[in-house]
Formats: sequence, structure tokens, C-alpha cells
Amino acid sequence: MERLTENAAQLFLLLVLSPLVTGVIRTLKARLQTRRGPGILQPYRDLQKLFSKGMVIPETASWIFTATPWVVFFSTILAGLMIPMVAAEAPLGLFGGVLAVIYLLGLGRFFLALSGMDSGSSFGGLGSSREMTISALAEPAMMLAIFTVAIGAGSTGLTEIAGAAIGQNWRFLAPSQMFAFAALSLVLIAETGRIPVDNPDTHLELTMIHEAMILEYSGPYLALLEWAASIKQLVLMTLLINCFWPFGLQPTWFGFGAVEGIGWLLGKLLLLSCAIVLLETMNAKMRLFRVPELLAVAFTLGSLALISTFLF
Amino acid sequence: MIAELFLSGIVVWLAGAAASLALWRQPAAARRVACGAALAGSLLDLAASSAALFSASPVFIGLPFGNPAFTWAVRLDPLSAFFSVTLAALAAAVSLYSFGYLKGMEGRRNLGAFGFFFNLLLLSVALVFTASNAFFFLVAWEVMALAAYCLVSFEHEKKKARDAGVLFLIMSHAGTGLLLIAFLVLASACGSLDFSSFHLLASRLTPLQQGTVFLLFLFGFGVKAGVVPLHIWIPEAHPVSPSNVSALMSGIVLKTGIYGMARVFFDFYGAPPLWMGTVVLALGVASALLGVLYALMEHDLKRLLAWHSIENIGIILIGFGAALMFRALGQANLAALALIAGLYHTFNHAMFKGLLFMGAGSVVEATHTRNMEKMGGLIRRMPVTALCFLVGAVAISGLPPLNGFVSEWLTYQALLAGFGTTQSLTRLMFPIAGSLLALTAALAAACFVKAFAIPFLALPRSPEAADAREASFTMRAGMAILAVGCVALGLGATWFVPVFDPITQQTLGVRASSALVVAHGWALSPGTAHGGTISLAGMALFFLVAGAAFALPLALRWRRRTVIGPAWDCGLPGLTADNEYTATAFSKPLRMIFSVLYRPRREIQAEYEVSPYYPSAIRFESEIEHPFEKRLYNPLRDRIMAAANRMKGIQAGSINLYLAYIFITLILLLLFGVRG
Repeated sequence: MERLTENAAQLFLLLVLSPLVTGVIRTLKARLQTRRGPGILQPYRDLQKLFSKGMVIPETASWIFTATPWVVFFSTILAGLMIPMVAAEAPLGLFGGVLAVIYLLGLGRFFLALSGMDSGSSFGGLGSSREMTISALAEPAMMLAIFTVAIGAGSTGLTEIAGAAIGQNWRFLAPSQMFAFAALSLVLIAETGRIPVDNPDTHLELTMIHEAMILEYSGPYLALLEWAASIKQLVLMTLLINCFWPFGLQPTWFGFGAVEGIGWLLGKLLLLSCAIVLLETMNAKMRLFRVPELLAVAFTLGSLALISTFLF
Repeated sequence: MIAELFLSGIVVWLAGAAASLALWRQPAAARRVACGAALAGSLLDLAASSAALFSASPVFIGLPFGNPAFTWAVRLDPLSAFFSVTLAALAAAVSLYSFGYLKGMEGRRNLGAFGFFFNLLLLSVALVFTASNAFFFLVAWEVMALAAYCLVSFEHEKKKARDAGVLFLIMSHAGTGLLLIAFLVLASACGSLDFSSFHLLASRLTPLQQGTVFLLFLFGFGVKAGVVPLHIWIPEAHPVSPSNVSALMSGIVLKTGIYGMARVFFDFYGAPPLWMGTVVLALGVASALLGVLYALMEHDLKRLLAWHSIENIGIILIGFGAALMFRALGQANLAALALIAGLYHTFNHAMFKGLLFMGAGSVVEATHTRNMEKMGGLIRRMPVTALCFLVGAVAISGLPPLNGFVSEWLTYQALLAGFGTTQSLTRLMFPIAGSLLALTAALAAACFVKAFAIPFLALPRSPEAADAREASFTMRAGMAILAVGCVALGLGATWFVPVFDPITQQTLGVRASSALVVAHGWALSPGTAHGGTISLAGMALFFLVAGAAFALPLALRWRRRTVIGPAWDCGLPGLTADNEYTATAFSKPLRMIFSVLYRPRREIQAEYEVSPYYPSAIRFESEIEHPFEKRLYNPLRDRIMAAANRMKGIQAGSINLYLAYIFITLILLLLFGVRG
């Protein structure tokens, strides 16, 4: 029963918090570019509008097209329940650890890429091809960073990883942790489709990746996909901050501690959002064929992380 | 009881082979007899070997024929029984599929001969897995190679099929030569050919002999398994064979090489030196990565799947390599984990690759082409085939909650745990192998997005694809069985893992399942304390509940405000198949990124009539380089041909000369005999 409450609480947090994070990032970015921006609540309004609309499904599409939003949404939620957000223990930690999180997000991406090709429009194919390429190249760096963290904790379970990080009095300044953090941050940028890898605000044919795959979606299904993208971003950000800056994680979801834990979570998310905004504003989007170089840097950082686990 | 079941399976296959050959003039009868016998034999073998897997002691069966010098006996110990189960499960589904698949060949091809070789292949593979001595093993091994050769070259009017068959035969025999030497070294050390006397024998040899025997076995079995750089026959032989044969070749004939390695590495060797494990691990990583990288460049659906066989053999060998290293380091529990990962993947690969090849067979039969660029939109014409193929594609990409994820997860866990087992720099191999495995898995997912989306989704790219017909009932049933198998092996992982207990008990002396299965059978763990868990059944339950509670009602509600309309076509008059992304275009970014490896070459010729803006014809050609053929095999072949040419001189064709050769040989032999 307790477990069920924890899951419900985290589910609620994932659903409610994720558009907020997107909104905050957009607004901060607008402010940094001396624009006013649409306000941090705009993503909620977008979702509400999309959910109340009708939708158009391409006549060339198959059942894959209608199944995909659900697969993407549910697999992202499931991944989100496997990470510790407020309490140090992941509510669904039994169902899988960090590997399962990555592979569940992979499942969503697999279906998203299929649905991109489903309509027969060449934009979708373009997006799918680029998305699968970039995610494949991001994978080795991500796995090296994760191995570094998991070796330190002796586990791929995120409860244990967060627990180990707490227990060692915040070893963030250890070289291996710093390198792994840097590698994972670069991967996070690639995975969430942010500048300089992909631009979430563009609909320019030449540059879009994620937007190209979901070009044919409209109405509630588009809302599901946008929401899932926000949740995925929140999940990956939380994964990063709670693996490396685990302070503020509470022993349990119950009692007043939860409020404190949520406060910590919000603070850390805000910090990371600021970093993302700075990075996005200071960089231009890369050419697609420069992205492998960025990911090679991430891979090198991951290797350094691993080597420094036993050098220092 | 087990013996009777097993023997009756053998007899049914033999009878099926003979009967279908006898019925070659009545194709319909030959087809029914051949497939029926194959199916019945497989089911009997399945019953026998699954019973043997759990029997307390190995089952010995003396075959009622043969030669007093050798015991023609089969032995169903846990390892043999496990591979036998794999064979039988796959063969049953493929035999069912063949009922419908061969129907299309009736009247055009000799189904009697096909049935003969098909049953013979199943029989010989079953005996390879269970032969209890080296001589019997090699006989079965050669029968298998010949039966496979005849099936690969079955469409022998095509030059490609003949060439592929010859290449397979040559490489297979080169491999058998290496195995023969290795077995003879072992036999001379103990004076017997029985596998039971080889147990732990190899570790008692001198280090030099140990190493030599190990490499001979590795490369001898590696040819059949398709380990890089011995893989070149696979992408030739798999696509040209009939698809039910491809399913068997990829699903189980390659696994005879894996069986051989498992038998040698974990039965004949005790604790092997560390370098052996590192060699196997490195070869596994190389095979996995190169296999998937070349698969990405294919747009021949069956060739693509063939390259993936190489990839998956690599993943299996990563497990085996890690297990060998752990054994050398004295970590029996971790060795059991890694061995289970490898064997689990072996079974999984038989399931999903058999499924994918059968799906490809249905598609090829419906569209009359193997070229993906000429398919498209088949999900509407062939819904069941599409669904089954999708299940296989998700499984082989290692995505949860299907079976591929379980074995890849176990492999990651083994590699992760490996880092702490030694202080030497060798331990860096584990995480590097892990990260390259991650790259392999992600590239495989990219490849299967292509392999599913291009043939099955969007608009048909050719008139044949537009008129495709769904596969017949038995073909769908054969695919559905394996699709269910893929799902069951994923969700039921915790029930399947105890199957490996007898094997690890026999080879490593530990039973791992009680540590691996936790949370009352709901979750799988790597067996270390707090090592992390996964529960695929739990994930599936989540998807099911969420789908039933939210997706279904909401989708029904939203359906009322859904309009079916045209896809965005940039304002052009309607979307046609020409607008679609092609398989070649899909893999273009990777072709550019890995151009160092592929060395792509392309040629575009355009003809103009009026202005350069309106070409009247465009010819596009693109190819990539295959380094092993170009740099290793072609020079080797040229050397051999040159040497043969030089030796031609001594064959002048005159009978007197040949008599002189015989005379000289006799004299030399006599001299040798006198001196000895």
C-alpha cells in the first residue's frame, strides 16, 4: 500500500512538474535573449488546447501511428517511476534500474521512429534516420558514464546508486565522478534534443529531428507526445542530478520530509535548467555531421571517468 | 523413456527423409510427408531433450547400428539437452511454416529432394548436439554440412546460390580440418575419443598444446558460428537459400559452432588461462559491432538479417568470453552469470531470428524481391506477418519487455561485475565491451527501424508490393509460435533461468538460479547483493493496466473527433512512393559517419536533353567496401590459384608420367617404411 502511494505521488510529480520544467527553460531562455517569452505556464495551456482539439490522421498511416503515442507515453512514465526523485528509494526500483530506464526510453524512441516513417512523408523519414543515428552514437558514452557510476555503487539499481552517493559524503569532486557527470550531461543534451544537437523550437526542414518525426501528429496524440517529451527531459535531468548531487533526497516519501525533498528537487532542477539555458543561448546549433564529434568528446570523457576510478 | 522418445524422433526424421525422396514424383505428398515428419520428429526431440535437461544424470543411448571400433552412442547431458531443446523448438515452428512455404514451390522444384535434405539436416544437427564421441561428432558434423550445402544451393539454377553453397562448403571444410587436428591432439593425450574422457583433459596438456588446441577449436567452430573474420559465407549463404532453410541455418546451424565452443571451453577445459577469455571477448565485441554496422548498409532484407546473425553470435561470445575470464579468475558465480547470459541469448536468437527469417520469407514470397526499396505498405496487406516481424524486431533490438532485453541485461551485469574481479588493466576490457555492446544494441535498433519501416510501413514502392497477399495459415502459425516464444521468454525470464541450473552445475559446479531469481519470482537480479533488479513481467503488467485503464477508453473517445486526411506533401499534388525516405537514405548519416570503415563509393550519371534542370535519366550507383574480402580472402584466393597454376605443370595428362609418379611414391613409402 505504501509502495502504491509512493508510486502515485511520483507519477503525479512527473505529470505535473514536467511541463513546468519546459516552461521555465523556455522563459529563462527568452529572458536571456531579451524577449518576454510566453510565460512559464504556457506548456500547460498548450497541452490543454491540444487535448481538447480534434485530430487528423494521415490516410497512409497504419495502426503503428496510433499506438506510438501510447507506447512512448507509458514507457517514459514507467522509466520515470524507476528513478529516485524525492525519496532515495525509487518507487518502482524492483522493476528495473538505470539500464531498464535507458532501454525503456529506447523502446519509446523505436516506436517514435517507426511512426515517423509511417505516414510516407519524407520529413518523418528524415527525422527518424537522424534520431536513431544520434541516439546510437550517444549510447557508448552514456554506458561508460553509467558503468562508472554503477561500479562505484556496485549496482545498476538507482536506489543503490543514489544511496551510495549519499553514503560517501558527496564524492562529486572525485575526478571519476566529474568526468562521468560531464559525459552524461553531453549525452543528456543529445537525448533530450536540445541545442547544439537539435532545436526543440524549430520547424525548419533542414535542421529538425524530433519535430520532424512528430510532424504528422495533431490534437490529443500530439499532446501525448509533447508531454512525453517533457517527461523524458525531466526524467533524464532528475537522473543526472540525483546520481551526482544526491543531497536533499529523503529517506521516505511520507511526512514533512517530502516537502523538503520536493523543494530540493525543484532547486536542483532550476540550477540544471539555468545551465541548459546558458548553453543553449551561447551556442548555435551544430551541423548534423558535427554532432558525432560532440559525442566523441562525451565518449572520451566517459573513458577518462572510468580510468580515473582506479587511478585516484 | 527419454531414450525411446529421442530414438523415435531420429527414426521419424530418417523415415521422413527416405519417404519424401521416394515420393519425389508427387510434390504435394512429398511436401506433406517431409514437413509432417520434420514436425513430428521435432516434437519428439523436444519432449526427449526437455526431459533430459532435468534428469538427474546424463542420458546415454546406444544407437542400434554401427561399428565395433566406435561407440555410436548419444549422450544427453544438460548442455547437449539445452541445445537440443533449442533445435527442437525452432525446428517445430519452421516445419509448420514449411507446410505453407513449400506449397509455392510445388511443381517448380524437386520437393522430394528438399524434404530429404531438410529432414537430414534436422537429424544431423540433433546428432551434433548429442554425439558422445569425437568420431561420431565429426560424422554428424559433416552430414550436417553436406545437407546444409544442398539446401543452400537448392535453387541451383542461380549462379549466386551455387557460389554461396561452394563458399560455405569450402569454409566449412577448412573449419572441420582444424577441428580434426584438435580432436586428434586430445585423443592422443588420453587414448580415447569419448567426450566423457575429454572432460577437463585440455587443462592437463602443456601450455603450448593447450593454447594451440584452444585456437584450433575457436577457429574451427568459429567458421560455423560466423565469428569475424570467418563470417564471410554467412551474408552469401543465408539470403540465397529458401527462407525456411535460412531460418534454420541462422537459428540453429550457426549454434552448432556455439555448442562446440561451449562444450570445449566449459567441459574440456578446467580453469583456462586468462588470455583465452580475453580473445573470445574481443572476437565477440568485434563480431557484434561489425555485424551490425554492415547490416545497416544492406537493403536486401535477408542479407540484412544474415549480418545480424553475426552480430548476435558476437553478443553470445561476449557472454562466453566473460565466463571464461571469470573462470580463470576463480569467480564461479560470475562465470555462471556470464554463461547463462550467453546461453540465454543463444536460445533467444534462435527464436527471434527464426521468426524474422520466416517473416522475411513471407514478404519475399509475396513481393518476389528481397530488395526492401521495392516493398512498402505491407502492414495493410499482410497484418499478421507484420505484427510477428515487429515482435521479432523489438526482441532483436534488445528492447523491454521482450526476450532480447533479458539476455543483454544479463550480459551487461556480467561485464559490470567483471570490473571488480581483478586489479590488472585487463579489467578495462569489461566496461569497454559494455559500452560497445550498448553501441551495437542502439545500432541494431536503428537497423530494425529501417528493416520494419521500409518494407511494412507507408506506401507500396512497387506494383508487386501493392498486390501482396498475406501468408498462408501454416506460415502465420509458424511465425506466431515463435513470436509468442519471444514474449514468453521475456516476461517469463524468472521461470526460464532455472533451466540453466543443471548446465552451470555440470560445467562450473554452481547453481545460480536461486540467487538470480528474487522477489518471489517477480524479478531477476545479477546474483550479487543489491546488484539491481529487473522485472519484465512487472513492466508488462504496467503497460497492460495503463493500456486498459487509459489508452483504450481515451482512444475510443478521441476517435469521434478524428479525421482521416492526406499527409503533408509540401503542396505537391499528392504523396507518392517516390516521396518516401528509402532504406539507403535512412542509413546515409551512418554511412557518412563511419565512412572510414565503409569507404563508400558512389557514381551518379545524369543525362540531359534540354537544360541541366530537367535530367531525362539519372543512374545512381553506390557501394561500400568489405575489407575482409578485399584484404584477406581475395589475396588468399589469388595465392592459392597462383600456386595451383604453377603446380599444373606436373599434370601433363600423359599416363606414363602418372605411372612414374605412382612408382616414385611407392619407392619413397617403402624407404620410409624401412627406415621406420
